[in-house]
Amino acid sequence: MTDVPTEVAEEPAIEEISEPEPDPNAVQVTLNGSAVTAQKGDLVIAVAEGNGAAVPHFCYHPRMSSVGMCRQCLVEVDTGRGMQLQPSCMITVSPDMKIDTESPTAKRAQEGMIELLLANHPLDCPVCDKGGECPLQDQSYAVGPGESRYVEEKRHYEKPIPISDLVLLDRERCILCDRCTRFADEVAGDKLIVFTERGNNTQVMTFPDEPFASYFSGNTVQICPVGALTAEPYRFKARPWDLEQQESTCTTCSVGCRTVVQSSRDELLRYQGVDSDPVNHGWLCDRGRFNFEAVNSEHRLTQPMIRTEAGLIEASWSGAMASASGLIRETLANGGPARIAILGGARGSNEDAFAWGQLADAIDTPYRDAQLGDGLPGELLGLNRATIDEAANASTIVLLGPDLKEELPVLYLRLRDAAEKKRSKIIEFSATDTGLSRYAWKSVRHEPGNQTDAVESAIADADIAAQLASGDVVIVAGRPNLAESSDATVAALQAMLNAAPGAKVLPALRRGNVVGALSLGMAPTGPVGDRGDAIDALTAAAEGKIDLLILVGADPLSDCPDTDLARRALAGARRIISIDTHPSESTKLADVVLAAAAYGEKSGTTTNLEGRVTTLAQKVTVVGTARPDWMIAVELGMSLGDNSFGADHPLADVASVNDVTDAISATAPLFAMVTRQALAGDPNGVMSAQPTALLPAVSVAVAGRNSYDYRLVVNRKLYDGAIGTAMSRSLVNLAPGAAAHVHPLDLDGIGVTEGTEVKLISAKATAVLPVVGNNNVPRGVVWAPFNQPGTGSIEDIIDATAANTDVRIERI
Amino acid sequence: MSHHTNSQGAETHDYIAGFYIGDRPKVVTSRFEYEDSHTLERFLATDGYEGLKKCLTMSPQEMHDEVRNSTVLGRGGAGFPAGVKWGFTPQGVWPRYLVVNGDESEPGTYKDRLLMERDPHQLIEGCLIACYAAGLSQCFLYVRGEMAVAQERIAAALNDAYAAGYIGKNILGTDFSVDIVLHWGAGAYVVGEETALIESLEGERGMPRLKPPFFPAAVGLYGKPTIVNNVETLANLPFVAINGSAAYTAIGTPTSPGTRMVAVSGHVKRPGVYEIVNGSTTFRDIIYGDEFSQGIRDGNDIKAFVPGGGSAPWFVEDQLDIPFEGKEASAAGSMLGSGAIMVMDATTDIPAAAYTLTKFYAHESCGKCTPCREGGTWLMRMLERVIAGHGTDADLDQMREVGQTICPGDMPHASSERLGLEAVPFPYKMTTICFVGPSAWAPLHSALTLFPEEFEARVTKVPKRVSIPVTALSGADA
Repeated sequence: MTDVPTEVAEEPAIEEISEPEPDPNAVQVTLNGSAVTAQKGDLVIAVAEGNGAAVPHFCYHPRMSSVGMCRQCLVEVDTGRGMQLQPSCMITVSPDMKIDTESPTAKRAQEGMIELLLANHPLDCPVCDKGGECPLQDQSYAVGPGESRYVEEKRHYEKPIPISDLVLLDRERCILCDRCTRFADEVAGDKLIVFTERGNNTQVMTFPDEPFASYFSGNTVQICPVGALTAEPYRFKARPWDLEQQESTCTTCSVGCRTVVQSSRDELLRYQGVDSDPVNHGWLCDRGRFNFEAVNSEHRLTQPMIRTEAGLIEASWSGAMASASGLIRETLANGGPARIAILGGARGSNEDAFAWGQLADAIDTPYRDAQLGDGLPGELLGLNRATIDEAANASTIVLLGPDLKEELPVLYLRLRDAAEKKRSKIIEFSATDTGLSRYAWKSVRHEPGNQTDAVESAIADADIAAQLASGDVVIVAGRPNLAESSDATVAALQAMLNAAPGAKVLPALRRGNVVGALSLGMAPTGPVGDRGDAIDALTAAAEGKIDLLILVGADPLSDCPDTDLARRALAGARRIISIDTHPSESTKLADVVLAAAAYGEKSGTTTNLEGRVTTLAQKVTVVGTARPDWMIAVELGMSLGDNSFGADHPLADVASVNDVTDAISATAPLFAMVTRQALAGDPNGVMSAQPTALLPAVSVAVAGRNSYDYRLVVNRKLYDGAIGTAMSRSLVNLAPGAAAHVHPLDLDGIGVTEGTEVKLISAKATAVLPVVGNNNVPRGVVWAPFNQPGTGSIEDIIDATAANTDVRIERI
Repeated sequence: MSHHTNSQGAETHDYIAGFYIGDRPKVVTSRFEYEDSHTLERFLATDGYEGLKKCLTMSPQEMHDEVRNSTVLGRGGAGFPAGVKWGFTPQGVWPRYLVVNGDESEPGTYKDRLLMERDPHQLIEGCLIACYAAGLSQCFLYVRGEMAVAQERIAAALNDAYAAGYIGKNILGTDFSVDIVLHWGAGAYVVGEETALIESLEGERGMPRLKPPFFPAAVGLYGKPTIVNNVETLANLPFVAINGSAAYTAIGTPTSPGTRMVAVSGHVKRPGVYEIVNGSTTFRDIIYGDEFSQGIRDGNDIKAFVPGGGSAPWFVEDQLDIPFEGKEASAAGSMLGSGAIMVMDATTDIPAAAYTLTKFYAHESCGKCTPCREGGTWLMRMLERVIAGHGTDADLDQMREVGQTICPGDMPHASSERLGLEAVPFPYKMTTICFVGPSAWAPLHSALTLFPEEFEARVTKVPKRVSIPVTALSGADA
């Protein structure tokens, strides 16, 4: 049987004290006859399990509060009044406590609990997905009575019932441990599943007409100690003993949650969260958990392709690479490096980004960028950077960025926890309500683009000033609105840093390895004003100044906020090379398409938003003949004639991804500590060093706004038109769809009812979208989710160079 | 919920006629003889709110000491001294609350209901005295949802008392302010357990909380220090305030002072609620005494009786001469609990009687703890089969096995000269958070232990199944 971590949290380690002076928090207890030192506040079950005495349990979970519901963890405890049976998940150690987990009384109680839990359990293990990795099954074997004496009719419920698009519930299997319901309430804050009925008829249920539509619903499936909750994407796909697994890191967003990647017969079948204490505490968002379906998608690019008169046709790698190399050499010879632009690299590994950065250096292009005009300037990474732990333990958390629940969901969980447990006070600056607004101590609504003024007046407030001065401050900074200039956020961040000079900054840039890519050579290199970033590159291309546009896992047509600019750029660039995993609007326009290996098909390292470098595992073989990005870059780098990598180039002789990892630690100063040995030594990863930089000086001129206009806010929802979602069968229908959201009272002003299509007219273009009344949107603001499936396209009316986008909304 | 429009109906209860007999001390039932005992006019005419007035002339500490010295024992079931309980709240944590447990739903128990219906102002006065003495700023009266008349009368009494300045800001012109909120229960037996009651009051499912850490006195309603007192407990306080603790302890015995409300039901000639002298009155007095229940119906013999509410282990006639006193009852193998005696005469079908009680507790399980949720219903199902004549002796063994999982170790029971049984003293051990789970087993255990022949007569004997250890079947390594 594979070792599938249904619950991989490390129990707090109980260490022997070596210092001569006694630890004031040390508590001496006797566990099964041996002296053990525990820490004050430790639960008895944690102390027992940490010292090798396994205690059977179901409801106890180290990342959630104890409820003492299943009564399975009963052990005998003596606190001076004689041995008593006690639930070990509910009592903390006290001095001289005697704990016996194996006494006949404890064993009898544990055996009795198993018998009762199995009384109404259907024992349909042969057809249950959990069979083989089931805590109830395992513990029935370990401590159960071995036979059932229950001859009454068992409870019957309809089985299974879907409680959301992703999760199914089989109430017959449920042992009512309160884990899923506690998770939904305590951890996710989406109290959408609860107990209904009473006593023997107690059951887990959703509210009528309200599905368990939580971004975190997959976690309940993982922590369910029986097969009551199953996930649609994995149901009946494999038996646990057929699964092979490797630990890896999710690169769906930049939080970098640790996962195990599981496959059977060379097909990715499941990701499970791993409890990484500094990062994800075992949780994953549903997008990250279920988007393995995109890797298995039948639409994957499996072969390189070359454009001929007949259109794009499949080609051999040697032919395609010769074409690509020829295009680069030709452009260098005819127009020079300034007519080549390389965009992308944030979707891959550190090795991919490093190799492409090295290739960009060899070509010496002035245009390179791992972001697509949807982030913040790279100097953000040079500010005094915070870790997630520092943010989640800071006395003040300042939010100057996107809705974290939508863009960095597990960071949202960590910060929500900080606020809920009263460790931190959240001060949020936002144009609309976000997932964290209800947990914020102060949630400041500002006119889109006007956050600097909002910050300035907030720090003039005595309460807020006192709070900022009361302890450590972490600012979470990202791009809150794709329809406004990033300058607005930069200026607000600078104002906040001026008020709290000691504050640390956690970059909330979204794309999986954006920090790694920006740190390893894919950040624009030009001076402020002439950066050569993605918008500059696309503008140059639109003006016919770019002959060769190289897209490394980048799709400007769906990811650049200014779609119109992207469209003109791709039309204006003479040639396009696209390296990607799936066909996209951009690959359709390419002259050479190189099929890239996807997540799970390549190993290497990745860097999360803290700068934490962790390993990626190759779990399955690549589809078709696809290659990892780094391999393509290295091969191109060796074939550029005068511009080729020299013999002493760090990538000259690489034969495997490990060689690239070594080349990074040998040549990238920030990654000098990130050796393979160091990575092998700590599954939580190795922190890369951070550069020092100052934010660029920006001036924000917020134009006045016609009172008939609505100011536009565009940002991302968790589920959108991105490949990981659009190519995942189970996720594709979860995208909310393109729409213009206004305050319900503004619907009257426009003179329409919900759902009606309206015209949104900006200075630049007109979009037609259905309108939705939404209480999270203040009056005078229109909010639209980015990159959504649907008929209308909000992206058409965004101007990447404008400070703000104002729209007039008209009835059709 | 039953509709209630006829408050007149509550004024004629033949079965409580016992109140009017004899010249016994009346601590909490002094106004029961009046038709209009629930009105403010009658209350004020009969020393009403005099205890509060006297209390307000004392310091809170003096009043607290008075209650502590009177040793008023909690009347909800556990019998813990109220004055001591009040002292458990941590100093300097505000706000702190008084929660009145009026969710009386123990089978056989209906004393609090009468105290609430007949003399709501006495209860309110008790609440005010408790708040003053224990330093509590707000009181929540949690009254069982099914008690419509009690709800109605308490609501009316609260309105009258507010209007007359006995509740609210600056009571009787002093700087003592308390608000009292009436809350309707939603129909769950388990909410009589104090932490489940607090959950219910907060709007959550009525499920008990773990102690520790949720000792209400420290972490109670809304996480604040909370005193949870029974209705009868508080109803004693006006007497203590007016007459002093010495007058109170002069009644009853040193360990069980004062009087006690006892509800008698079952096969007696005159069921009812009686205020008895605490500690010295015996079960025989209560069941056979002329001023109380006047003996068994139709001149039958007594077979068994439940001494303290449906969850208590049973007594038989061997225990009739034990006084109604907590420690004596414990030593004899049961408890006084909520003060409800249910009498079964010789015609009683013992397995059926046990079934009634086990079914009640299985039904009322909140579903939190496995032994209660699964075990209670399992016991009920087996008993159902046995009563229907489809059981085997293996079922009787299995009942004891399930019972052992709910209550590990020796289960308390009464002695029986007939069977040559020695008593096993109360209390039992339990694997559940609260007493609902053990309560499904306790009556059945008593029935099985004290009347085994009635069960054995109903089951067929089958050869014992040979149990093959799982290790031998599968070779699995446990």
